[in-house]
Amino acid sequence: MIAEIGQFALILTLALALVQMVAPLVGAQRGAPSLMALARPLAVGQFLFVALAFAALTAGHVLDDFSILNVAANSNTAKPMLYKVAGVWGNHEGSILLWVTILATFGACVALFGNNLPAGLRARVLAVQAGVAVGFLLFSLLTSNPFARLDPAPLDGRGLNPLLQDPGLAFHPPFLYVGYVGFSIAFSFAIAALIEGRVDAAWGRWVRPWTLAAWCALTIGIALGSWWSYYELGWSGWWFWDPVENASFMPWLSGTALLHSAIVVEKRNALKSWTILLAIITFSLSLLGTFLVRSGVLTSVHAFATDPSRGIFILAFLWLVVGGSLALFAVRAPALKASGLFAPISREGGLVLNNLFLSIAAATVLLGTLFPLALDALTGQKVSVGPPYFNRTFVPLMTPLLVIMGIGPFLSWKRADLAGVLGRLKGAAAITGAVVLVTLLIADRASAATLLGIGLGVWLAASTLSEWAGRVRLFKSGWPARLRRLPRAAWGMSIAHLGMAVTILGITVSLSWQTEKLIILHPGDSVAVAGYDFTLDEVAPVTGPNYIAQRGTFTVRRGGKLVTTLHPEARTYQNPPMETTEAGIRPLLLKDLYAVIGDPDENGGWGVRIYVKPLISWIWAGSLLMMLGGLVSLSDRRTRMGAPARRAKTMPATVAAE
Amino acid sequence: MKFQYVLPFLVFGLIAVALGVGLTLKPSEIPSALINKPVPEFSLPPVKGRTDGFSSADLKTGKPSLVNVFASWCIPCRAEHPILTAFAKRGVAPLYGLNYKDKPDAARAFLDELGDPFTKIGADLNGRVSIDWGVYGVPETFVVSGDGRIIYKHIGPMTEATITDTILPLLEKLQK
Repeated sequence: MIAEIGQFALILTLALALVQMVAPLVGAQRGAPSLMALARPLAVGQFLFVALAFAALTAGHVLDDFSILNVAANSNTAKPMLYKVAGVWGNHEGSILLWVTILATFGACVALFGNNLPAGLRARVLAVQAGVAVGFLLFSLLTSNPFARLDPAPLDGRGLNPLLQDPGLAFHPPFLYVGYVGFSIAFSFAIAALIEGRVDAAWGRWVRPWTLAAWCALTIGIALGSWWSYYELGWSGWWFWDPVENASFMPWLSGTALLHSAIVVEKRNALKSWTILLAIITFSLSLLGTFLVRSGVLTSVHAFATDPSRGIFILAFLWLVVGGSLALFAVRAPALKASGLFAPISREGGLVLNNLFLSIAAATVLLGTLFPLALDALTGQKVSVGPPYFNRTFVPLMTPLLVIMGIGPFLSWKRADLAGVLGRLKGAAAITGAVVLVTLLIADRASAATLLGIGLGVWLAASTLSEWAGRVRLFKSGWPARLRRLPRAAWGMSIAHLGMAVTILGITVSLSWQTEKLIILHPGDSVAVAGYDFTLDEVAPVTGPNYIAQRGTFTVRRGGKLVTTLHPEARTYQNPPMETTEAGIRPLLLKDLYAVIGDPDENGGWGVRIYVKPLISWIWAGSLLMMLGGLVSLSDRRTRMGAPARRAKTMPATVAAE
Repeated sequence: MKFQYVLPFLVFGLIAVALGVGLTLKPSEIPSALINKPVPEFSLPPVKGRTDGFSSADLKTGKPSLVNVFASWCIPCRAEHPILTAFAKRGVAPLYGLNYKDKPDAARAFLDELGDPFTKIGADLNGRVSIDWGVYGVPETFVVSGDGRIIYKHIGPMTEATITDTILPLLEKLQK
């Protein structure tokens, strides 16, 4: 019964989305307010029905209704409640339903909170949004129905992949999807602007908060995923340049570029067609990510759904959405006239460079992800482009970007005085030079790459802090008042840039100075790693809700003083049968202590791996700071209040194609 | 129409075509490094309830054969079992089983329940032999020539189509 309610709700959502895709658009073209006004109730209705469908599937999972194929295939009575709920989106059908639900939620938000949007723009945005929803709803209903029944129903389900039974990963997909799908709003705004044939400062101001919200969610989603692979996969790696990781990283890179170029549109009314293109590309990369993950085109540990009919559907959808919007761009964008002129050395110029490097970075990742596929398509040769390619291309791209990131915020709009700005950066440069020099002198194993990474991280942190201090004229009379008056958008920028610096330092230091030991220990044995004594006290079997495990107890001492105890586990899940490792990790401020227990040998010893990783938790602390910066900026009064009224002088609503 | 505005569309067109072609390929068909190599040397004990074990000598009798890697806990193995049974009934070539990381009682129960189409079965309790075969998931099926070389590897469950389109023609060629 519950499944049928969900099924009908999903079909009704499709019906509403179909109307919403057509009626408001026709209304906006013909100037018919009654048709345009349909968009808002339809968007809200779409949200309510898809939420009902999602609730129905959730109920199926929570109540162990194994007559639903999706529940039987992915759930199990022994599974803890958290993973019953997370299991809703831990599979193909459910994750597509989650995607549609988030899409409808964003649409409803535009409908409910878009009071200050002109009626025509709002109608067009919601129509485009509904068009995207129609594609995904058809995909769900035709190829990946989450409510398909199973007759006879089995007594128990097959269970969720144990690797996915983890709190970090339970919340990783929703955040990632909020990010992916959030970019659909920027996309809908871009398409609506192309149809209208006008982009102005107000448009930039409307697009930015949505992009910012999506970006924050994507940032934290990627960070959660990488944190999960750090502690769950048991070899302490946190980023593998895996196609599925790249699929989320590409929209992040271009989304970051979009975030910055939208500022130029908003403040200076320039870079318009570029920003439109970025909005299209960013959402296209989100769709491409879905295609890569869901079609199984690329073999990856993540691809758990490989079904060609689904792949063909997504590909056709991709062609239609991306090809269609880029064709529209080719026809309409030349009509968008840039009005804000600027000198090469200016805030705009800095942001153009930011966009340039971020876009090239995204293109590089795209190339590295698709190259094996293209080569296979052309020559039948199977290759794998590994981390060496990405490391070799990424460092040269990020180096100038991070240098400019320190300078950019000092530049003034339109035309900047580079000599003056560089003068104000002397302090930051001196600090950077000093830290690099000290590192070179005191640290062993300091390679050129290490020094470069440390230099860039310190430079970014020092220049960001000095820009902030200069802006509030720290410690000069009246500075507490200036500090209070500092716009939240400025705070947001400083925090996010500082977060980037923290992440860079975490990456560099943890890669350069990690200590690793693989050894066989008998209970009672000790091993010294990087100044810490790890003692294996015992290995004892423990029983979890749906697994049994060998659990090791390590006592870690430094100079005889107890630091912590670690409890790594080697788990064996019963349903489905699978072995996983749970690393025992103790994050300290300056380093992580990390232990993994492996297989026993014949003489009662255990294979163990121990890592001491300096500053590794800074990678995720930095990501959190970046997200926090985004949220602070989002809370800025100017973003919340929305855009000022559009200036009367605008381009005609339709422009003949050249 | 200015070229620079059309460029994104053209670039996407190229990517879209590559993706389309990519979709027609089967990513799961990763060529085994062991193709045309002799089978690894091994000798495995029988599964519980049988007397014959399975060793590399069984594969070098001059007749081509099929080696199927299975386990009782593997759901796709259950799905392909009737197809394997039908293949064994044809009597075209012997079908050997490599029982991967299975509990002896569970393996016995699996064969009792679904029937036993295998000529010989080796119990690979710790999975070492399967590693030598390059197995990274169950089920997998190998076609082995009469002189004991691995000719073909099929990943995932057998289907009727694989048997008639790939396996049987291969065996026919090898028997000549």
